[in-house]
Amino acid sequence: MKELIETLTGTFGPAGAENTISSVILEEIKPYVDDYFTDNLGNLVASKGDPGQAKLLVAAHMDEIGLMVTYIEEKGFLRFTGIGGIRNELLLGSRLVFENGTTGVIGLEKLKEKKDPELSDYYLDIGAKNADEAKERVKIGDTACFLAPFALQNRRVMAKSLDNRAGCAVLIETIKNLPRELPIGVYFVFTVQEELGLRGARPVSYRLKPNYGLAVDVTRVGDTPEPEYKMNLALGEGPAIKVKDSSVICHPLIIEKMTTAAVNNRIPYQFEVLERGGTDAGAIHLSREGVPSGVLSIPCRYIHSPSEMVDLDDMEHAVSLLSALLQESW
Amino acid sequence: MLIKELSDLPGVSGDEKKVRDYIREQLEQEKIEHFTDSMGNLYAVKKGRKNSGREHQIMLTAHMDEVGLMLASVEKSGHLRFYTVGGINEWSLVSRPVIIGRDEVPGVIGAKAVHLQKPEERRKALQVDQLYIDIGARSKEDAEKKVKVGDYVSFDVQAGSMAQGRMISGKALDNRAGCAALLELLQKEYEQGFTAVFTVQEEVGLRGARVAAYRVNPEIALVLETTTASDLPELKEKDFATTMGKGPAFTIRDGSVVSHPRVLERLIQTAEEQNRPYQFRQYAGSFTDAGIISQSRAGVKAGVISTPCRYIHTSASLLDKKDWEHLVEIAAGFVGSVHEKGLE
Repeated sequence: MKELIETLTGTFGPAGAENTISSVILEEIKPYVDDYFTDNLGNLVASKGDPGQAKLLVAAHMDEIGLMVTYIEEKGFLRFTGIGGIRNELLLGSRLVFENGTTGVIGLEKLKEKKDPELSDYYLDIGAKNADEAKERVKIGDTACFLAPFALQNRRVMAKSLDNRAGCAVLIETIKNLPRELPIGVYFVFTVQEELGLRGARPVSYRLKPNYGLAVDVTRVGDTPEPEYKMNLALGEGPAIKVKDSSVICHPLIIEKMTTAAVNNRIPYQFEVLERGGTDAGAIHLSREGVPSGVLSIPCRYIHSPSEMVDLDDMEHAVSLLSALLQESW
Repeated sequence: MLIKELSDLPGVSGDEKKVRDYIREQLEQEKIEHFTDSMGNLYAVKKGRKNSGREHQIMLTAHMDEVGLMLASVEKSGHLRFYTVGGINEWSLVSRPVIIGRDEVPGVIGAKAVHLQKPEERRKALQVDQLYIDIGARSKEDAEKKVKVGDYVSFDVQAGSMAQGRMISGKALDNRAGCAALLELLQKEYEQGFTAVFTVQEEVGLRGARVAAYRVNPEIALVLETTTASDLPELKEKDFATTMGKGPAFTIRDGSVVSHPRVLERLIQTAEEQNRPYQFRQYAGSFTDAGIISQSRAGVKAGVISTPCRYIHTSASLLDKKDWEHLVEIAAGFVGSVHEKGLE
């Protein structure tokens, strides 16, 4: 599990540029699935189990937040826009990397008045002395993701893009765990562009017409000093069964299925009500005539920062819970 | 009375079961064909005298859900913290009695007492994170025997009559008044039928209506709603969204939809022919199911007709019964007229 998370979080993949991460994931799962394909938007779909039975779509988004270059200044500094929910206050001093390996550090202009800096007050410095040097390495529209080293300490992982490579890792480990035969048909979908508004999940659930939907994603916690939101969720207390976020009210049937599977297999779990934020389940459950959907969440601190944190035990329990869920009849 | 009984039922977005069960019982008594989809939308197929099999051509909808709260966490002391579900004003929450979860555990919404508030605190409206629900629990463990994170919370209010029976007060008139109207419409006789949908999760983003419109695949949709009446002393008449007692309101445009011109024209024509009062909703903001329905598949001709209602999205809203009765008759006339003459 550790090596897998390290590989996945070490891979480039901002929303809209998921090719590399997609091929890394495919290499991991290829020997264990019955079939796979990539759809028009880049969603990676792998299937397993009996397609004659109820079909379950299990989605984890493989994209991450990042920046996109909008302007190259004469002196070689880059201006940018956010890809996904960028938090301005976390940017200064962050390192970013482009797909071709070009690295940059974020600087901030002197502010004329005391206020929260806007995105346009920041710039990216790739060490270029002028625009021409900069243009040899990057062009307008190129995207970059955070660059931060992986660390594992006290069973807790610190890394970039745990949102949602942690979810991808849970899917991959589950795929490797499962027996050859399943009582249901399962589509494992590694979706694109979740961070831009659940854009990948929408067409892929239209295409697959599942009977049920499940998203696996990270969620906020309330166990840090003076947390932003009043939540009971804590790192290390088990994966979370989502009840509601701003994109979906989870279907009671799925919540019950998940809870029963956790209780029967003695897997610790927590209930989650998230005030802000959405997941792919938001798009899946409104596909066509509606798809009963739920979310398996991995508690995560410092979401959308260069160093997010999850608990390895939570991850392993999430794999156990998902594996149990997929071996039941639906 | 139907509106009152419906209004008293708890049915916060995503937890519409009790409302759905009540409506389903009514449909069964009337022997009207019905079914429920995966999200909980309740569909009723009203057959006409001519059994044309074209009941899907016109879809009438009313959302069953209401705004409310959901439990977010439990404090050591046994007090419950919550989030709002749907657009709800914090200032309307303090000291309201509520019921929690399927078992309807009673509680009250509390806040720091006036004696303990600093002078500047007294002047400001209380925010959600300064409020909690008190169910009389002695500790976290004690509270968790009765409720859990994710439980729904609804106002505990009985609807009543006011002003010599002219007015109805209640907590969820938005949109149980629409549901009651739709039930009333289902009991009338028509040459050709229509499909009625009691939708879910309107208050959290028109979610039920999206999948309902996909399933029914209608040509024309009429949404029965309840809308803000802002005929209040501190506003000028030009700023009244709607006025109570001046008939149902037709929407020209809101934040989610421009009513289809043919639908709007036919509503006006129907009201004129029936010699009934009507008004236009003078506010172009906020959302209704018509927004999402009008964009379903290749597009649906959609309109909205609403009962004006004061103080919506609080535990004490108010409507004029006559407005509601006119709404029912105009909507019935609209259905008949579309069948008779088409919409063009």
